[in-house]
Amino acid sequence: MPVHAQADVEEGAKLFRRCFSCHMLGVNAFNRTGPHLNDLFGRAAGSVEGFQYSDDMNRAAAGGLIWDVDNLDAFIENPKNLISRTKMRFNGIANPKDRANLMAYLRQFSDNPSNIPEADPTLQARDPDIDPDILAIKGDPEYGAYLSGECVTCHQTGGGDDGIPSIVGWTQLDFVTALQAYKSEHRNHPLMQLMAKRLSNEEIAALAAYFETVER
Amino acid sequence: MKLDRRGFIGAGVATAATLSAPMVIGAGHGKPRVVVIGGGAGGATAARYIAKDSAGAIDVTLIEPTRTYYTCFFSNLYIGGFRDFASIGHSYGTLAAEYGINVIHDWAIGVDRDAKSVTLAGGSKVLYDSLVISPGIDFIEGSVPGWDITSQNAMPHAYKAGSQTQLLKAQVEAMPAGGTFAMVAPPNPYRCPPGPYERVSMVAHLMKKINPTGKILILDPKAKFSKQGLFEEGWGKHYGGMIDRIDPDFGGANIEVRPDTMEVVIDGEVEKVDVCNVIPAQKAGRIVEIAGVIDGNWAPVHAADMRSKLDDNIYVLGDSSAQGDMPKSGFSANSQAKVCAMAVRGSLTGSAIFPARFSNTCWSLIDTNDGIKVGASYEATDAKIAKTSGFVSQTGEDDALRQQTYEESVGWYAGISADIFG
Repeated sequence: MPVHAQADVEEGAKLFRRCFSCHMLGVNAFNRTGPHLNDLFGRAAGSVEGFQYSDDMNRAAAGGLIWDVDNLDAFIENPKNLISRTKMRFNGIANPKDRANLMAYLRQFSDNPSNIPEADPTLQARDPDIDPDILAIKGDPEYGAYLSGECVTCHQTGGGDDGIPSIVGWTQLDFVTALQAYKSEHRNHPLMQLMAKRLSNEEIAALAAYFETVER
Repeated sequence: MKLDRRGFIGAGVATAATLSAPMVIGAGHGKPRVVVIGGGAGGATAARYIAKDSAGAIDVTLIEPTRTYYTCFFSNLYIGGFRDFASIGHSYGTLAAEYGINVIHDWAIGVDRDAKSVTLAGGSKVLYDSLVISPGIDFIEGSVPGWDITSQNAMPHAYKAGSQTQLLKAQVEAMPAGGTFAMVAPPNPYRCPPGPYERVSMVAHLMKKINPTGKILILDPKAKFSKQGLFEEGWGKHYGGMIDRIDPDFGGANIEVRPDTMEVVIDGEVEKVDVCNVIPAQKAGRIVEIAGVIDGNWAPVHAADMRSKLDDNIYVLGDSSAQGDMPKSGFSANSQAKVCAMAVRGSLTGSAIFPARFSNTCWSLIDTNDGIKVGASYEATDAKIAKTSGFVSQTGEDDALRQQTYEESVGWYAGISADIFG
């Protein structure tokens, strides 16, 4: 269904107060702590000139991430779910209705919103939420230490992150969120999907428990 | 009773506690001893993980003749000018100093499986409780008529990295303008399936700069090769017209070389070339044969722990092993080594043994910032290491993704080097 039929732009404007200390909108907008959000819909991630994005955002951009309704919705819900080390310090908006309202407001500042295909609806059913039961699993760090052998062929335990991100010292929540997002193909790196898909939820928890203890 | 993983680990520890003490005493020495032959991606990883995870409970000796180990992976990038030679060289200082591994720079020339000892070229013997053999590949004599190991200066293989790699690069740089570089590609199975074709890409990259009218001729006994569509797309895009491949239909499997006159004979037709890179057919490193744990050209191993099917005290890793579906690669050897290290520790000290898991990814560089990759995950079955799923780069990918893939490979090199050599 079309976004304007569902969403409340005024409510969205109120929600944007949580964003505007970092992000500007409108004719005089410029980049502040975050990039300006004019013409956001349909924009390639990491593409605002003059803004220094995080390495992870640049990596996602190189992978072809476009800010369509679906990706924006996922990002606003939990930024780290989509871009693990984004610079955006924002815990996300859990309520889908709130996100729809916020996007409806943001869309006022993008060119000709009617060009956005209705087949790309805001309120579609999707599953970015991680089951609290999964988040509650207590990982076995000893098992995680063994499993980590597969990770450290590429991810350096010393913390180096040229070309491949460092994964040591992450919080368990970030770690589980990232791997579950690959497992569900929410994130699109084929190698990481391959690795994550054959990890059980217990194994992901074990890895998270182990890597949290590794110091850079 | 349902046996969960926790119970399984606990059971493993208890069993070992009752068994390991008499075993060690019976052997007549204090600590269990592991000897590793070969300091490459398989052997050095196994030595490091056994030493690291046993925290002094196992005596680890690593036998490797060279003091500086040059990795085969990324040696093509040296030929292309993307890496300097020193950057693919690694010493064993960290393994000795930080992990307490006894590193012996010598050749292993004999294995006495009854006495459980390894004889070194220097004359001494090293005793083991478990022996890990990871010597890489050797060449099958006579597989390329006209070529033997004494021809390797005239026609380098450069398929064990080091001075051979430098020689091959120097020869490409010294080619006359418009000259011909020939490669005799190996038949399956061989080390690093995309390796010969990445090499061709890197030679083409170098020649495009210094000898743009030069030609590259691949003489290939195989009808198909790894990542073929991706390489051929890249060759067309970057090196249009420079590279010709002669497959078996056109005589690629009927090759003779004449190192004295720098000629190759393709299905009876004599062709003069300026550089000839001969990559012969391959078999397990010679020490595997000497140890008698070979069947045909390779060493059969159990998929769960890389233990030899012919000797319970010996494990064979990497290129030399016949394990199933994994390609012969540094990544595979490193992956197998970690499974093996866990199994060796478990059998000697009773530490936890978790189910084996294997993976492999091979990155290749076609031209500047044009990287591709293929990878898969594997599991141990009763019969073999079996592929479970995989992925491969696609033709027509955009430049940003290819650049990301290349940058990822650089990160991987740093990661795996640290994982192997500490």
